[in-house]
Amino acid sequence: MEHNQELHSEHSHGYGVYILVWLALMALTGITVAVAGINFGGLTIATALVIAAIKSFLVLKIFMHLRSESKTFRAFVGVAILFLLISFILLFSDYSFIVRN
Amino acid sequence: MSSQEQAVAHVHRDDVGARMGMWLFLFTELILFGGMFILYSVYRYKFPADFHIAAKELNTIVGTLNTAILLTSSLTMALSITAIQRKQKALSIFFQFITIVLALGFMINKYFEWSAKFHHGIYPGSETLLSKPSGEIVFFGLYYVMTGLHGLHVIIGIVLISVMMRFTSKEIVNNDSYVKLESTGLYWHLVDIIWIFLFPLFYLIT
Amino acid sequence: MSEAIAVPKNGKHPSYLDYQGKHKGFLGWILSTDHKRIGILYLVSILSFFMVGVTFGFLMRLELLTPGRTIVDAQTYNSFFTLHGVIMIFLFVIPGIPAVFGNFFLPILIGAKDVAFPRLNLLSWYLYVAGGLLAVISILLPGGPADTGWTFYIPYSVRTGTNVSLALFAAFVLGFSSIVTGLNFVTTVHRLRAPGMTWFKMPLSVWSFYSTAWVQVLATPIIGITMLLVIIERAFGVGLFDPALGGDPVLYQHLFWIYSHPAVYIMILPAMGIVSEIIPVFARRTIFGYKFIAMSSIAIALFGSLVWAHHMFTAGMSNTGQFIFSLLTMVVAIPSAIKVFNWTATLYKGSIELATPLLFVLAFIFQFSIGGLTGIMQGVLSVDIMVHDTSFIVAHFHYVMFGGTGFGLFAALHYWFPKMFGKMYNEKVSKSAFWLLFVGFNTLYFPMFIMGWLGMPRRYYDYLPEFQIYHVISTVGSWILVIGILIMFGNLIKALVSGKKITDKNPWGGETLEWTIETPPIHENFIDIPTVHEAPYQYKLNEATTLKTQEVK
Repeated sequence: MEHNQELHSEHSHGYGVYILVWLALMALTGITVAVAGINFGGLTIATALVIAAIKSFLVLKIFMHLRSESKTFRAFVGVAILFLLISFILLFSDYSFIVRN
Repeated sequence: MSSQEQAVAHVHRDDVGARMGMWLFLFTELILFGGMFILYSVYRYKFPADFHIAAKELNTIVGTLNTAILLTSSLTMALSITAIQRKQKALSIFFQFITIVLALGFMINKYFEWSAKFHHGIYPGSETLLSKPSGEIVFFGLYYVMTGLHGLHVIIGIVLISVMMRFTSKEIVNNDSYVKLESTGLYWHLVDIIWIFLFPLFYLIT
Repeated sequence: MSEAIAVPKNGKHPSYLDYQGKHKGFLGWILSTDHKRIGILYLVSILSFFMVGVTFGFLMRLELLTPGRTIVDAQTYNSFFTLHGVIMIFLFVIPGIPAVFGNFFLPILIGAKDVAFPRLNLLSWYLYVAGGLLAVISILLPGGPADTGWTFYIPYSVRTGTNVSLALFAAFVLGFSSIVTGLNFVTTVHRLRAPGMTWFKMPLSVWSFYSTAWVQVLATPIIGITMLLVIIERAFGVGLFDPALGGDPVLYQHLFWIYSHPAVYIMILPAMGIVSEIIPVFARRTIFGYKFIAMSSIAIALFGSLVWAHHMFTAGMSNTGQFIFSLLTMVVAIPSAIKVFNWTATLYKGSIELATPLLFVLAFIFQFSIGGLTGIMQGVLSVDIMVHDTSFIVAHFHYVMFGGTGFGLFAALHYWFPKMFGKMYNEKVSKSAFWLLFVGFNTLYFPMFIMGWLGMPRRYYDYLPEFQIYHVISTVGSWILVIGILIMFGNLIKALVSGKKITDKNPWGGETLEWTIETPPIHENFIDIPTVHEAPYQYKLNEATTLKTQEVK
């Protein structure tokens, strides 16, 4: 079998990086639970979602090796997330203005 | 970029292509759950008070514990790939095994959580639930469907990782060719990401 | 690379039709991972379901010949239009061109030996067949065939006792088949292009297959989960859609159309690719505005995902929502118009040869323009309130789906038939079949515009006597159309059995890669992967002579 260097090799992260990321994820989980008790009004859910987004970003970037994938892959993920975001925004462009009697 | 891609076109094995296919599949999973998150957001917008009351029925401690379990299993999954890259076959199998154990732990927790709800008479179509306001019915409908479908994905993940353990021990997955293990890992991390969003949206409504 | 293929005895590589792999005979077909054989499997199964759909449509038209009961009762009529819709949408138009011609020609057009995931490709066909069988079973089981219309709107789809869950599950499985095809095509285009084939040297049909594949991957999961939720709703009563439990039926419509509107572009984009492929060949001219056509495919896929709620203007949306979706609907017309203008510009001053494929393509442009323009009419809020749920809508989407995609598929079939089978059909017969189809199609659907405008609701079993004249014309049209379809397929089947054999690599004079390989193609298409130097559709010789004659004048 032809061995092609670009097939992998750039994917090796050390054990240490993963453990650091894991610690960060656990810490963020702690934070999100801790702040859930505090009432920020409308910002409460926003805080929870921002923390979840940061956690997902870490998982995508490090655990899922997006850091070392080519630009194409990152663009792909962007397209998928954009599609979901647009669906949310357009749907709420309708729902937030519905007046029900 | 394109010249690189074309160089690979003549090699029968294309790991980058395999990973690309896996990512595209993960998008479909992401959007499958995305559809349910859309439902969730609309109903939470419509019934903020009911959601608040209904969420009190959920056990935050069990939810947090399960989050920690799943995050840790994601770590061991990632470590198993590094191990195979460093030709540490036994260590890789060990990490995969731990991943499965953690996943089973998650499911056992889930089982007790669901049974407790059933015990209190909260399940779709139950009299207790139907006597509650619409918003709470919808909340528990979403809860069962979304965590249920997520649980199904965890079970599929357990099966996949078990197959990978077998592959690794038979050296079908090895230091030179481990894209199958990588793809399983990608799938497992996506299951984790879904839970990262499910957790605050169901267990942490104040 | 040629050592990869076993050296043949007589020095010639066997065609994919004669190639003997691991399995022989029938098994050699249904277990083959060759993209060409899978394309043929799809062709046979899709056209079979098409004929089933045609039968239901034909019976519906027959029932509407007179007011009141003509041949069947109202419940059966409800099942007829549901089955006609489900079969035509999920089993014919959506998979249609990508699954048949995309599978067969996409790898060849980019100079590859197969798709990126050949085994997944075969799986997608099995999922398709499984979904089709489930749909058929849902017709036959006690409880009766679904009677909700293909849209499965809540709350009726939760209340009716017919086999809705099974039909929904069939659509779910078919969705998976579509996703697998989509992710296969995206990966294939990214990874397997021949050396030198840069993005802007790809044939235009590849661009349209590529954009379609993205919509398949991103939009289909939404319908998957929606169908699944309706099944769960029916089984457990979780209250996610059912208004009696607090669910929101309008939200169902949103989710349904978040997929089903982009699905319209899954249907039409590949047909547009076919048109862009055929026009330069029969006009002997370079395509006008290559980059504009390529980019408009991407733009259609993008904007097409933003307009779904224009199906719901009368369903209880907010005014702001209506306004935004109406505006976006106007925008999506732009890239479609860009394509139509570029096609016409390509034809202008070309050396046009009116062969059967081009006839179908010209009918496509004519009918798609009518379908598209009436679509813009409905995007206008005030007009939509009036024509919503009338046969005007039925006429509009049949002009796009059948007059567009259907005719595009027939064009592709006639264009690539000699390459696929190494046989030629009788051109005289195929042209007369085309004229029957064209006349029959327009006689069938045009009266629906008029009666819809006058107030004839769609899906109604009975109607007022003043509408009868339009219904009679329309039903007569359906007879002409069916005769045309039978002659067309009869002609092609006859060609398969006893048609003139051709081995000419390039019977039409095309300039894309499929015309440089054997007819019919060999297993794995190319002996050596070609290196591409030029953009497609050059026609240098012809362009030069045209210029010269113009100078002389």
